[in-house]
Amino acid sequence: MKTDAIVIKEVDNVATALRDIQPGEEATVGMGETVKRVRIQGAIPYGHKFAVYDIVRGEDVLKYGEVIGRATENIPIGTHAHIQNIESLRGRGDLTSGGH
Amino acid sequence: MGFKGYRRPDGRVGTRNDVGILSTVVCANEVADAISSQVRGTACFMHQQGCCQTPVDIRRVNDTLSGLGRNPNLAAVLLVSLGCESTAVEEVARCIGDTGKRVETVVIQETGGAARSIAEGVLAVQGMVQEASRWERVSCGIDELVLGLKCGSSDTTSGLAPNPALGIASDRVVEGGGTSILGEVTEFIGAEHLLARHAENPKIGQQILDLVKRMEERAKSVGADIRGGQPTGGNIKGGLTTIEEKSLGAIAKAGTAPVRAVYEYGVAPSVKGLVVMDSPGREPEILTGLAAAGCNVIAFTTGRGAPQGFPFVPVVKITGNRRTWEKLRDHMDLDVSAVMGGAETLPEAGHRIFQEILEVASGKLTKAEISGYTKAMDIYMVGPVI
Repeated sequence: MKTDAIVIKEVDNVATALRDIQPGEEATVGMGETVKRVRIQGAIPYGHKFAVYDIVRGEDVLKYGEVIGRATENIPIGTHAHIQNIESLRGRGDLTSGGH
Repeated sequence: MGFKGYRRPDGRVGTRNDVGILSTVVCANEVADAISSQVRGTACFMHQQGCCQTPVDIRRVNDTLSGLGRNPNLAAVLLVSLGCESTAVEEVARCIGDTGKRVETVVIQETGGAARSIAEGVLAVQGMVQEASRWERVSCGIDELVLGLKCGSSDTTSGLAPNPALGIASDRVVEGGGTSILGEVTEFIGAEHLLARHAENPKIGQQILDLVKRMEERAKSVGADIRGGQPTGGNIKGGLTTIEEKSLGAIAKAGTAPVRAVYEYGVAPSVKGLVVMDSPGREPEILTGLAAAGCNVIAFTTGRGAPQGFPFVPVVKITGNRRTWEKLRDHMDLDVSAVMGGAETLPEAGHRIFQEILEVASGKLTKAEISGYTKAMDIYMVGPVI
């Protein structure tokens, strides 16, 4: 079936939207052979990500079955997961040079 | 199965038959461009380097210009020099001439200014173009392909459709005995452990990790978070959140073949198969590096729509973003967006990319060649301008 978003590996905690998804919509999320339904909490633009489980602050964010960053705040299921709540763990010259 | 190319005196195969006009220093760009604009069948390479740089970078300029001139897509070469630059112009000319192709040099300060140099250059390349026109394409095997891999202006579709599909096409090139070059080391950050696992042996694996460490340290040395620079503002608008996410999508274009060697920027591989080349992700520098390394065709995936090609290497633009395909028709060559909705499988898309690469290698023009969107190129430098 045609889904609104996909999860690439089963361990992933975010999905990628395959169309613009509106707040309040129940999105169908393809996870391999299975389909999960997720109530969307805010607008998710095409190609952007949202949490498919409740992600806790400090937890690794997983896509492709790999760590793509760390949650800087709680990301409840269905919430837009992007630069406002995920930080990179790499190339952080701001951390190593005593920045901040 | 194969393609039709130009077999050069040194045994390498070109997919194009251009007369190259290479500017040897930023100050000679205007003359090189003017010569090229007056003679059909020429391709002009301009850049911003060649003077007031550290010896390390001057050597790189020499090596890169030599590599570009040696690229089999060029039938003959005209070097356009100012005369007082740091570039070792005679050495570059000799290095290109070693391939058996004709090389001439116009020196602006000796010829007496731009107007005379343009006239002299135009006359020289007119003869070269006529000579080049006698070359004929002959049947060549996949083993003669040197494919450059590149993704640019990525979004989240890149890692889901065009990059893994290109990985399948790259595997086909490698299986056929050809060469595939993966650059963009910045976009290994966060995915280097996966790439290192693909290394043919632990030593090469360690070389990959070292290359990434060097690039990351360089990025961190400015004391800032690289986000905004990598991923770029456009990547972020497209939904890419971190460099790790971008990298994990980016390395998919290398397919599953083992990495057989690691090279410095612009160095022509001495082995076939999949190899890694040090380079940044930015278009002008990596496209130049791939061309200098001898790529005769480049496959370039894009999400939001990167427009440029390269002056004498065809660059096939592939997108998985339907909107980009519809909006940027003058820049896109292949649409694999059907993969996103599940209407096409990745192997099917990979097969189409492979077929397109062969057709383009045989002479089918890419959009970037038709539009001539190839002028703003550069050479990857490691030190300051001094």
